[in-house]
Amino acid sequence: MPTFVYMTRCDGCGQCVDICPSDIMHIDKTLRRAYNIEPNMCWECYSCVKACPHHAIDVRGYADFAPLGHSVRVHRDEEKGTIAWRIKFRNGKKDMDLLAPITTKPWGTGFPELSEEPAPSNEMRGGQLLFNEPKYVRMDEGDLHTLESNGLKLKEGVYY
Amino acid sequence: MGYKTIIEDDIDILVAGAGLGGTGAAFEARYWGKDKKIVIAEKANIDRSGAVAQGLYAINCYMGTRFGENNPEDHVRYARIDLMGMVREDLAFDMARHVDSAVHQFEDWGLPIMRNTKTGAYLREGRWQIMIHGESYKPIVAEAAKKSADKVFNRICVTHLLMDEAKENRVAGAVGFNVRTGNYHVFKSKTVICGAGGASNIFKPRSVGEGAGRVWYAPWSSGSAYGLMIEAGAKMTQMENRIVLARFKDGYGPVGAYFLHLKTYTQNCLGEEYESNWFPELQEMVGKEYLDPEASHLTHRPIPTCLRNHALISEVNAGRGPIHMVTMEAFQDPHLEEIGWHNFLGMTVGQAVLWAATDVDPKYENPELTTSEPYVMGSHATGCGAWCSGPEDVSPDEYFWGYNRMTTVEGLFGAGDAVGGTPHAFSSGSFTEGRLAAKAACQYIDDGKGEGIRVSDDQIQRRKEEIYKPMETYKVYSNEVVAGSVNPNFINPRQGLDRLQKLMDEYCGGFGVNYMTNEKLLQIGLKKMATLGEDLEKVAAEDIHELLRAWELKHRFLTSESVFQHTLFRKETRWPGYYYRGDAMKVDDENWHVLTVSRRDPDTGEYTMEKAPLYHLVGDEEG
Ligand SMILES: Cc1cc2nc3c(=O)[nH]c(=O)nc-3n(C[C@H](O)[C@H](O)[C@H](O)COP(=O)(O)OP(=O)(O)OC[C@H]3O[C@@H](n4cnc5c(N)ncnc54)[C@H](O)[C@@H]3O)c2cc1C
Ligand code: SF4
Ligand code: SF4
Repeated sequence: MPTFVYMTRCDGCGQCVDICPSDIMHIDKTLRRAYNIEPNMCWECYSCVKACPHHAIDVRGYADFAPLGHSVRVHRDEEKGTIAWRIKFRNGKKDMDLLAPITTKPWGTGFPELSEEPAPSNEMRGGQLLFNEPKYVRMDEGDLHTLESNGLKLKEGVYY
Repeated sequence: MGYKTIIEDDIDILVAGAGLGGTGAAFEARYWGKDKKIVIAEKANIDRSGAVAQGLYAINCYMGTRFGENNPEDHVRYARIDLMGMVREDLAFDMARHVDSAVHQFEDWGLPIMRNTKTGAYLREGRWQIMIHGESYKPIVAEAAKKSADKVFNRICVTHLLMDEAKENRVAGAVGFNVRTGNYHVFKSKTVICGAGGASNIFKPRSVGEGAGRVWYAPWSSGSAYGLMIEAGAKMTQMENRIVLARFKDGYGPVGAYFLHLKTYTQNCLGEEYESNWFPELQEMVGKEYLDPEASHLTHRPIPTCLRNHALISEVNAGRGPIHMVTMEAFQDPHLEEIGWHNFLGMTVGQAVLWAATDVDPKYENPELTTSEPYVMGSHATGCGAWCSGPEDVSPDEYFWGYNRMTTVEGLFGAGDAVGGTPHAFSSGSFTEGRLAAKAACQYIDDGKGEGIRVSDDQIQRRKEEIYKPMETYKVYSNEVVAGSVNPNFINPRQGLDRLQKLMDEYCGGFGVNYMTNEKLLQIGLKKMATLGEDLEKVAAEDIHELLRAWELKHRFLTSESVFQHTLFRKETRWPGYYYRGDAMKVDDENWHVLTVSRRDPDTGEYTMEKAPLYHLVGDEEG
């Protein structure tokens, strides 16, 4: 369902251009506003729709199989940590509001600064553990699974 | 053309493509390489790039040993039965024993993981899947990667790996161009972790016209992980093992939560269960080891996904389509109904748009299912990708050459879709593989293996000319014709893509031929691929955006050629429902209970194929 941009709402800020994974939101040079330059490479991923500060971008179902007259709108709010959707059916019979969390923490917090973590020992370097392991595997004192610990071997070509 | 050359030198770890695998790599690299220079080169913007750009509603690979749920070996057994035996079990075991630690960190970082209110454990969708509110999954993992990396170069389409001129078969970085400025970027690096993702759009998609972007895997999954590694001469494995998805028609909305959590089921146009009717015949084709409905019933051993596809395809061919997903029962429960919709909004919004547009309310109408065109990727339920070393404490000799997840090119590592033989890694497993690769890459550097790499100006210059050639071609020839896109001297990237897709569809077993091919068809296909390859030397790009499409096309082409070679090599029908070799319609365990490995000679373009032994993990009870 490719995107399109409402003429009166877009101010040419370029947020959508910056985010589109398909590189298809571009600024029209004369109008100084954004548009979808290649609708048949649009995944209707809504990344641009979510990113537009003016809600200037909307989606109209692909012409080859989606009839006109529907609407799926979204408002993503990093401050509140939520995303709100509104789905309206073509025949008007269904009009749904749906809300979901997008994070459990204030946005951008909660990430470790790995350069400041104590350096791994040589033993760890030579072994199989990754950062935060073994603790984070089971959130207890248990160790990493190995073939030996689990009573396994790798045997060629056997059936099962 | 006046584009600047920008050189980034002395990189220790270059992450080429930062989706789930690449972000995992960049994140972890900082821990093992505190003083190392870690750089990301990404085609899009890492906040919303790759297959997880629009989010996910489930993490499909989580063991839950913490809650006493599964052990890594359980997951290996699951993956191998699903893939009809063809799995690199060392890699799969290794991924599975680490994957939970990635997921627990995601939770720390703020990813909302749903909990089972009764048990306190994560809410299970199925045995391996947990449910999340994952709209921001990608921006969250991107944040972790950004904190670790020294530099993130967004909008760099990596076109080639750089090869060391001091030592043969050793990587020395990568080159590409900036999709916005057009500038030429050179990254000289001791190691490269390739996370450039799987391949959509190499087979003709069912959707047409404006809807052609409506594919299951993201349209920007350009097969670059494969294109880059194949071109550098890395060995590849299981490239024949493409995947076909049974999904909601036209929108390709995911069905996992529907089947597993909402307990919906399928039926034919007569309202009948059809799947089991096909199993006796199918058992003749594949043998009882792979399909034993009774045993499956008793032990909950899953029926391989491809075989369930086969039943769907056969039922439709028998004239009893369409196949419906029975949602009308589950959707009477308002809570389940809400989950059904959230599931789409969190990862395939287009399906919600489609139902709204066509007034399909699954509460009152059972939606149609269909089988998709094939995809080539190595992290979902498929194992395409590079032939990589496993971990020292698990892998047998044939699977081990020093550094975990290192390809057969020294210093070149893979993660996610890039790594072959490791199906069912999904998002969490891909991230985990990135972490494993990063640790190994640091070790490789500390062992001095990346010392003394040499990249000549000549190599840099040669690649530059090659990269911009499509723009040169356009400039030289476009004015020969009055206007329009028809030119006797070149094709544009879209025209080339259409040709590739048609060719793959018709000769390599796309949906248009009911996934059927045979030796003769494959040979004709390869001949046509050769001429397409010649024409791709003349692909033209009007601007930088088209140059991006041109290079995506070239990566897709290299991927496809490898798929052809592998499909030709494996003379059996290992995965009915994914594709069929009409001239060898059975599973042939006597000759083909092996992994397939290929190498394309970077100088001549010639392929060599070999079989590699298949090692199965056995526990005490299985002796
Ligand atoms: C519709 C859908 C539903 C899914 N559902 C689930 C699910 O429910 N649960 C789950 O766990 N998994 C799910 N998956 C699978 C999961 O998304 C993948 O397994 C995972 O993203 C693979 O990781 P990756 O790093 O290999 O590839 P990606 O995440 O796709 O990353 C590839 C990266 O490489 C970049 N890139 C590509 N080419 C180049 C180039 N030439 N130069 C530079 N950069 C490049 C891309 O922009 C991207 O950032 C789903 C996938 C899809 C598409
Ligand atoms: S919906 Fe996604 S693919 Fe389409 S234009 Fe917006 S960001 Fe790009
Ligand atoms: S983000 Fe919105 S306002 Fe900004 S250029 Fe795009 S459409 Fe216009």
